[in-house]
Amino acid sequence: MDLARTIKYEEELDQQFAERIASEPGGEGIWNCIQCGTCSAICPVSIYMDKTPRRIIGLIRAGFKEEVLASISPWICTSCYSCTVECPAKIKITDIMFVVKRMAMQQKSHRRFIIADIEEEFVKMVRKNGRLTESKMGIKVARKAGIGNLLSMVPLAWNLMRHDRLKLFHTERMTNVDELRTILRAMEAGPRVTLPAKPPVIPTGHHQEVTA
Amino acid sequence: MKEYLYYPGCSLKGVGSPYEQSLLSTFGKLGIKLTEIADWNCCGATAYLSVDANMAIVLAARNLAIAERSDGHDIVAPCSGCFLSLTKAKEMLEKYPELRAKVTEALGRANLKYLGHSKVRHPLEVLMTDIGTKELKKLITRPLKNLRVVPYYGCAILRPYQAVGDPHAPKVLEEMIGLAGATPVDYPYKGRCCGGMLTSGVQTVGLRLAEILLEAAKSAQADVIVTTCPLCNYNLECYQEKLRKSTGKDLGVPVIYFTQMLGLAMGLSREEVGLDRMLRTPAVAEVTA
Repeated sequence: MDLARTIKYEEELDQQFAERIASEPGGEGIWNCIQCGTCSAICPVSIYMDKTPRRIIGLIRAGFKEEVLASISPWICTSCYSCTVECPAKIKITDIMFVVKRMAMQQKSHRRFIIADIEEEFVKMVRKNGRLTESKMGIKVARKAGIGNLLSMVPLAWNLMRHDRLKLFHTERMTNVDELRTILRAMEAGPRVTLPAKPPVIPTGHHQEVTA
Repeated sequence: MKEYLYYPGCSLKGVGSPYEQSLLSTFGKLGIKLTEIADWNCCGATAYLSVDANMAIVLAARNLAIAERSDGHDIVAPCSGCFLSLTKAKEMLEKYPELRAKVTEALGRANLKYLGHSKVRHPLEVLMTDIGTKELKKLITRPLKNLRVVPYYGCAILRPYQAVGDPHAPKVLEEMIGLAGATPVDYPYKGRCCGGMLTSGVQTVGLRLAEILLEAAKSAQADVIVTTCPLCNYNLECYQEKLRKSTGKDLGVPVIYFTQMLGLAMGLSREEVGLDRMLRTPAVAEVTA
């Protein structure tokens, strides 16, 4: 039996990780977490996650970068915003999930999880046509999910076609896609927008008194 | 005559087209003018936000900038996802001047300018606020008596921007169901996630969420579920057969748009609200005969 160390040494952690998350719009609140777990309790999909939302926030703050970026939890998040509305510390947890997804995408360190692939396909299609064609996207998704999934969707696709809600050979497209591409290229040029780094704020308990 | 700009979004041109059909006919009946935003593009949805936030915001901002060229009409975004994306972009552009500077520059390349004065609204809120129950009531000519209706709001109009009031206990959809002469069913999951994108990619999770909602509607003996979003409608309507096969439960219940319900109650025909383009339909004719 192979034994492996089950903890990380402090020098193996990425101490700047939380600050980088906090420097993305929506990530600022990360230092306010009191680890109450309200987010994990209200989340309709936390029972399927490998790390609950509370744990993700805790791991980010402790510097467990690889573990967080490799987690499937942000990809399972349906962005229903329940956690964001319920969080007593007013942390935009859904936005933090988006930040983690973007970092994982940029570093290519995310598992090739199907939702990541779908989102990349979506972006490609919008760049090409300015809009999304649901039928084409549906086929791409079903193919990625496997041949069984693709076949299982055929009766539904047929049913929707009969109800005049799905056209196989139609592409939804803007008239002036070039204009959109010009804007997107201009947005891509130059540095990405981040926020000035703020020093971590150590969360205070509800009963703490303020002293000089 | 009331006038609004209309941002359809991709889904209302596709699988959600009965929503567009019923929105246009219902607003037409009310004498409200909807002008489609010229050459609109995808709102960015959640997908773009997962890949590149700056790009997601500029996509939404282009639509807002085009809308702002016309004189100050509010934008009606019937897809809850689009409503959320456009509203979120507005919030971000307000809150982060660095982001706004960059978006302004990028839009400038296409001679567009984002001013920030446009308002993004969901049609449910527009109908109940701008038209109001008193006016709507006058137009109900075919009350949908004895129809038990599940008011399903979904996530994106309740959270995080709370377009229709208290996200924990919204009431407007129940009010509209009552106006239409039908009976709103007490439904604890009215703001619970429908499965979102997971129904297509990760069905183990996505379909389970849809199953929970359908099962609750069945046990409440609902005749129909009304929705306010094309993705919610798709997830609840289109996987019933698949769920029957995988769970062995009969989860069949009609799922229609709130605009279809209102249109019918205002005397529009099944064709005018696109009712027969839904996979299952409530027995409206018998109910109102």
